[in-house]
Amino acid sequence: MNEPVRRLSVVVLAMFLTLMVAASYIQVIAAGDLNADARNVRTLYREYGTFRGPIVVDGESVVWSSPVDDPYNYQRTYSDGPLYAAATGYYSTVFGRTGIEQTENDLLSGTADSLFWTRLSDLVSGETQRGASVELTLDAEVQQAAASALGDDAGAVVALDPRTGEVLAMVTSPTYDPAVLANHSSSEVNAAYQELLAQEDGPLVNRAIAGDLYPPGSTFKLIVAAAALEAGYDADSELYAPDELDLPSTSNTISNYGGKSCAANERQTLAESLEISCNTSFANLGMQLGWSLVESKAAEFGWGEQLSIPLAVTPSVLPDDPDGAQTAMASLGQFDDRATPLQMAMVAAGIANDGVLMRPYLVDSVRDANLRLVEDFEPEQLSEPMTRADANELTDMMVTVVESGTGTAARISGVEVAGKTGTAETGTDARPHAWFVGFAPADDPVVAVAVLVENGGTTDGEVTGGRVAAPIAKAVMEAAIAAGGDS
Amino acid sequence: MATVTDVKVRTGRRSELGLLGLAVGLAVLARGLVDYHADFLELDELAIYAAGWTAVALLIHLAIRRWAPFADPVLVPAVLGLNGIGLAMIRRMDFAYAARGRDTDFGEVQIAWTLLGVALAMLVILLLRDYRLLRRFTYTAGVLGLIGLLLPLVPGLGTEINGARIWISVFGRSLQPAEFAKIAFVIFFAGFLVTNRDTLALAGPKVLGMRFPRPRDMGPLALVWVAAMLVQIYERDLGTSLLLFGIFVAMLYVATERLSWVIVGLGMFATGAVLAGALFSHVASRYTAWLHALDAEVYRSGTSEQLVRGLFGMASGGLFGTGLGEGRPDLVPYAESDFIVASIGEELGLTGLMAILTLYVIIVQRAMRTAIGTRHGFGKLLAAGLGFAIALQVFIVVGGVTRVIPLTGLTTPFLAYGGSSMLANWIVIGLLLRLSDQARRPEEVTP
Repeated sequence: MNEPVRRLSVVVLAMFLTLMVAASYIQVIAAGDLNADARNVRTLYREYGTFRGPIVVDGESVVWSSPVDDPYNYQRTYSDGPLYAAATGYYSTVFGRTGIEQTENDLLSGTADSLFWTRLSDLVSGETQRGASVELTLDAEVQQAAASALGDDAGAVVALDPRTGEVLAMVTSPTYDPAVLANHSSSEVNAAYQELLAQEDGPLVNRAIAGDLYPPGSTFKLIVAAAALEAGYDADSELYAPDELDLPSTSNTISNYGGKSCAANERQTLAESLEISCNTSFANLGMQLGWSLVESKAAEFGWGEQLSIPLAVTPSVLPDDPDGAQTAMASLGQFDDRATPLQMAMVAAGIANDGVLMRPYLVDSVRDANLRLVEDFEPEQLSEPMTRADANELTDMMVTVVESGTGTAARISGVEVAGKTGTAETGTDARPHAWFVGFAPADDPVVAVAVLVENGGTTDGEVTGGRVAAPIAKAVMEAAIAAGGDS
Repeated sequence: MATVTDVKVRTGRRSELGLLGLAVGLAVLARGLVDYHADFLELDELAIYAAGWTAVALLIHLAIRRWAPFADPVLVPAVLGLNGIGLAMIRRMDFAYAARGRDTDFGEVQIAWTLLGVALAMLVILLLRDYRLLRRFTYTAGVLGLIGLLLPLVPGLGTEINGARIWISVFGRSLQPAEFAKIAFVIFFAGFLVTNRDTLALAGPKVLGMRFPRPRDMGPLALVWVAAMLVQIYERDLGTSLLLFGIFVAMLYVATERLSWVIVGLGMFATGAVLAGALFSHVASRYTAWLHALDAEVYRSGTSEQLVRGLFGMASGGLFGTGLGEGRPDLVPYAESDFIVASIGEELGLTGLMAILTLYVIIVQRAMRTAIGTRHGFGKLLAAGLGFAIALQVFIVVGGVTRVIPLTGLTTPFLAYGGSSMLANWIVIGLLLRLSDQARRPEEVTP
């Protein structure tokens, strides 16, 4: 009976060999597919269970991961969640990621290709994978000033460093606390998320870059003025500025704000028109320049551009091939003109930076867990919408707007401020949106800002950009100048 | 046909002592790692554990020296190694469950079962001084085995867990009588086959150039086949059914040296399995869960969820594993018992799983070696049968987890949480110790 026993032991070996092959197949060959399977919660746990890098503003972590004793190992923690929510986004085990948490996820989680050497050295030294820290361009004081000035009003503030394109402040209101979504109890997160979704004023919407687009109103006159300067006009060129302007091929007319007249003799310089934000003269100017010229000037300032800062920015839009009457309206930032607050801040920044528009960006640098610099973002030129001379001429005109025109509420003592107000009709019975775009100091700008207050916010009485938005812009510019404008 | 092979007279007791030291070291180190990763490491407690293991190993060593001095020196160390890793893994699951708010004491209970198992194995070599005594109980063993197999079907006594009716509750604890019935059947098969092997080996009709057994000798095989089919259908346990039938066919082959029996046997089982799949929906759903485990529909229905989660766990372990205590084996249901192999694959990686499988190969090959060295036909059949029982049980469990065969409810010997399996398999080791002791004993001192 020995021979069959020997054969039986060979059969046994074959059985075990089969098991080993099967195990190898699962753990090596099929492992990639199995690990990538959407039903594999392990992948989720692993992702949420590794040390995630912090998000840093001005050298201080505003979002970081602290160890906790639950299956996820780490809890995302916020020093000032609502203030930075527009930039950081949330990081939820139930609803995933948004904002910087999403766009910089592979760096924060430590899986990015650029972190290969970090991972290798961590492996050698026995460290577990640790994510990199992402430093934002935001300036804590400017951000705080913007949020405080905007208060409870629905709207947005964007402040840029015109010289570099760094985003100094990005505030949207109302905002939310990402901490309630980073909670590890899925039922509590669900409840909190449903509550946020149910709010009509949309706290999860980033109005600064990705909310509904807004009609820019009279702030769009800056684009028309820039186009005019390029077409050979100058600050003293006389414009036709009637009390009422007939629109071609219609029985409609355009009048000025509050029915006032711009000039006694229906003639007014470009500078004066901008200063008091005359409608009839700019509507007429737009028609005379022709829409294509205005449109291409707007495109040079960023309209229609798919920006990622790295948060995705909704492209601002303009009407396609408007007729004469529509061109007149569109020249006033009405009709089908739509823009994000970031877009309007870019207009200010382009004029401020001697006609050179820098690409806006929100991530300053990335450092691995050993504080080694992994990525360092350099300023980059996006376009050159104006010549230096034209830009300076337009700047001078904008200075008079703040000194003696519609934007006096943005005056800062001792500092020359350039600006333009906007009061955009929303086409409904609702109150208009209040706008202010500007920069300071006018001769050597360190900050360009755009303020939007939806439907004039909570102020009583008349809503104008000069009355509602200009004081907010003033507070933001003051904070930026006080911060030294050294960023 | 040579039934006796000369074996060198070397007791190997000293090598055994060294190997036991290795096994104890493995067990203590594994537990230390588990405690460390659970932030629970207390050195004095670990020292007590180490002392306990050392004492157990020494006692085993002394007992074997006294009652089975020529026993195979590799068997017990290999088993203790598996057992130690199993204990550490089960303790690790206790920690994992505790972290999720579920209070379990699997680790502690399993230590008690292990000690009881070791004691039973020692009791076997103390009381059973000559394995040939067992031959007298051939038919008693057959009846006991049948009773054990059918006990779970007795109303009020048998309990159904996860759709398989293979448990009975005694004193508030669940027992799997099939684990013990397995031993009884091996004894019965050995006794029966050694008596009837000549008849069963008689040549029958010749088909396709191969001589088949005479149809009139098919009785015993048919009987076991019926029993296996009944277990599969009424106890819903494909594992025990396959184990029982497989052991019989293997032993039949060893007894008769006729491959034709294997072919007939496998053919009958395959036919039965296919028929059962066609006739009974619960059998069919098991097959579907096996063949289409990753299919979204099947997964959503829940039938393959445990299997697939086990696969996810093993995949996440990769080559070297996440490290003991650093994976998430608790995401797989029954990670401490039915799916302990997946837990090991996840945390110790393919490397660790290969090592575990190799330990089983060593144990089984020592049993086969014992069978070759044994002088009597009954002993040869018994040793080969017991060895193959361990091999087939591991194959069925690990094969189920790795999708080689449909998933069944058997436990991994010495590794998985569970008392019946631990006790029964230590008894098997006791029997193998006795068999190898007699096989390796020099002629002159044979009683």
